[in-house]
Amino acid sequence: MNLARLLTNDRGGQVFLAILVLVAVLVPVLNLALPESNPLHVPTYTVTLLGKYLTYALLAVAVDLVWGYLGILSLGHGAFFALGGYAMGMYLMRQIGDRGVYGNPDLPDFMVFLNWQELPWFWSGFDQFWFAALMILLVPGVLAFVFGWLAFRSRVTGVYLSIITQALTYALMLAFFRNEMGFGGNNGLTDFKDILGFDIQSDATRIGLFLASAIALALGYLLCRAIVTSRLGRVAVAIRDAEDRTRFIGYRVDHYKLAIFTVSAMLSGVAGALYVPQVGIINPGEFSPLNSIEMVIWVAIGGRNTLYGAVIGAILVNYGKTYFTGVLPEAWLFALGGLFVFVTLFLPQGIAGLLRRRRQKPPEQTDTAQGDTA
Amino acid sequence: MKTLDNLRQTMRRDQVWDFMQPPVNLQLDVTHGNILYLEDVSVSFDGFKAINDLNLYIEAGELRCIIGPNGAGKTTMMDIITGKTRPDTGSAWFGQRIDLLGLSEAEIAQAGIGRKFQKPTVFEQHSVFENLELAMAGPKDVWSTFTARLTGEQRDRIDEVLGIIGLSEQIHDHAGALSHGQKQWLEIGMLLMQRPHLLLVDEPVAGMTHQEMDRTAELLTSLAGEHSVVVVEHDMDFVRSIANKVTVLHQGSVLAEGSMDQVQNDPRVIEVYLGE
Repeated sequence: MNLARLLTNDRGGQVFLAILVLVAVLVPVLNLALPESNPLHVPTYTVTLLGKYLTYALLAVAVDLVWGYLGILSLGHGAFFALGGYAMGMYLMRQIGDRGVYGNPDLPDFMVFLNWQELPWFWSGFDQFWFAALMILLVPGVLAFVFGWLAFRSRVTGVYLSIITQALTYALMLAFFRNEMGFGGNNGLTDFKDILGFDIQSDATRIGLFLASAIALALGYLLCRAIVTSRLGRVAVAIRDAEDRTRFIGYRVDHYKLAIFTVSAMLSGVAGALYVPQVGIINPGEFSPLNSIEMVIWVAIGGRNTLYGAVIGAILVNYGKTYFTGVLPEAWLFALGGLFVFVTLFLPQGIAGLLRRRRQKPPEQTDTAQGDTA
Repeated sequence: MKTLDNLRQTMRRDQVWDFMQPPVNLQLDVTHGNILYLEDVSVSFDGFKAINDLNLYIEAGELRCIIGPNGAGKTTMMDIITGKTRPDTGSAWFGQRIDLLGLSEAEIAQAGIGRKFQKPTVFEQHSVFENLELAMAGPKDVWSTFTARLTGEQRDRIDEVLGIIGLSEQIHDHAGALSHGQKQWLEIGMLLMQRPHLLLVDEPVAGMTHQEMDRTAELLTSLAGEHSVVVVEHDMDFVRSIANKVTVLHQGSVLAEGSMDQVQNDPRVIEVYLGE
């Protein structure tokens, strides 16, 4: 894969990747090398917070791939994110071993609490990292494939598709809330100790997770970029703009949608898997439809159809969320709603559109008229 | 009883199960002179017979115009040929070998039937060049398009088609920025990129100026011969300027067929168009 080819004509992407590399180098250095008294010292708490934002950014890129380029407004991407998270969570639970509250070497705490005698079959294998890593990709991927196969073959499109993706994540949320499912019910999975043998609370591990998130984001971005700059990406946009036309020039539209949707779901799964060890918990709340809608808002605010816009949106909105919920918890939802309305009315192409417009102000303004194909 | 009948059908010993059959050969065979056979085709929507016992044959290489009042079934007929609508009864064959009723829209397109819609539909966010590139004949599965690179030969073909449709100047313009007539031409160009054997053109001159109409007429006549072209059109002057054979559809079946003069003097046609 030729890196230079992927990033030519992608000014925003070049800037974004440069900043990402800079942050990935600076943050660990400022955290480890400087004493805590130094004003430039980055506390571990901030490192973890940044790592969390990066996983959100990867998720937003995945959402942008299907929404911005393929025109599928998925309101259920939280499901894939959470499934990746659960796969990672199960691995982390198995790593606790006999250090749980009940000290049972075979069963996680919540199973002891429910009086279970042995590990359910679907938990087997999760004590191995490679198996968990495989599941992180496979479970969201297979779900997206089966779901997409049924939906796209029946030509469910537009708002109907959005509604059933929403139903999908809602159904999963209800299922995971049940104790009988064997995923910890409404408490979810938590109290993690080790990852790959490293203490999950230690500064070094935190930095490792932060770096892993940064690398995953960069690779995910490049993968999406490889897709959208290839002819495959142009077919995707063609499907978005004129699905029938694409079908009548000989493309199997359902195959295209299925492939890209599945790739996007797997990226979301990876994001979820990196998110869980950094926040230390995964519970069914992650499946809530509200979360999935918020992801769409990140992308809308950052700017659809650019990929780097999704990154800007995810980081900005989540920074705002952290800030507001600290200072004025009641105001956060109003701020988010207001921001969404503002962007929809005045910046149909999001922040990325604003940046692009400022850069090419002198030449003609033809580019600005494209934003209204929803 | 229906289940029993189905079972009997499934167990018939003179037939091979669908999944055992070899893949359809999409090679066109026109040795008997005709490229398209529609026979006894009927389709109804909620009891309304849009197509009623239609029989239509198109010769290889001919330019055929199809006219008829609104609701005569012209667009439905195109839908049937391209696989968008399945007929209730009848058969549709492309050449001697390809049964159109067993193929999906994409397979029909790959077999060599190109269709231009009534309303010009091009990919507005793509440049003229990219529009043609996407329409190009070739493997169209997901992985091949992901790894596809444009070869010099393909570039030449695009340039050639750009020349034919007269859009060489606009090669890098957004298709959305083209005029209505230019979009119509671009769509015809996209059909040409598919290297189709049969072109179905729905109302190519709707909303065009007279000059544009003349150029379109020229374009379509030049395409006949190498391709077979079926044009559905309302504009009689335009039809007269290009057609040597005209088919009149009325209430879903063929009312008259022949040269423009013959058709225009046919009392039944006059009745349908002018009323008594």
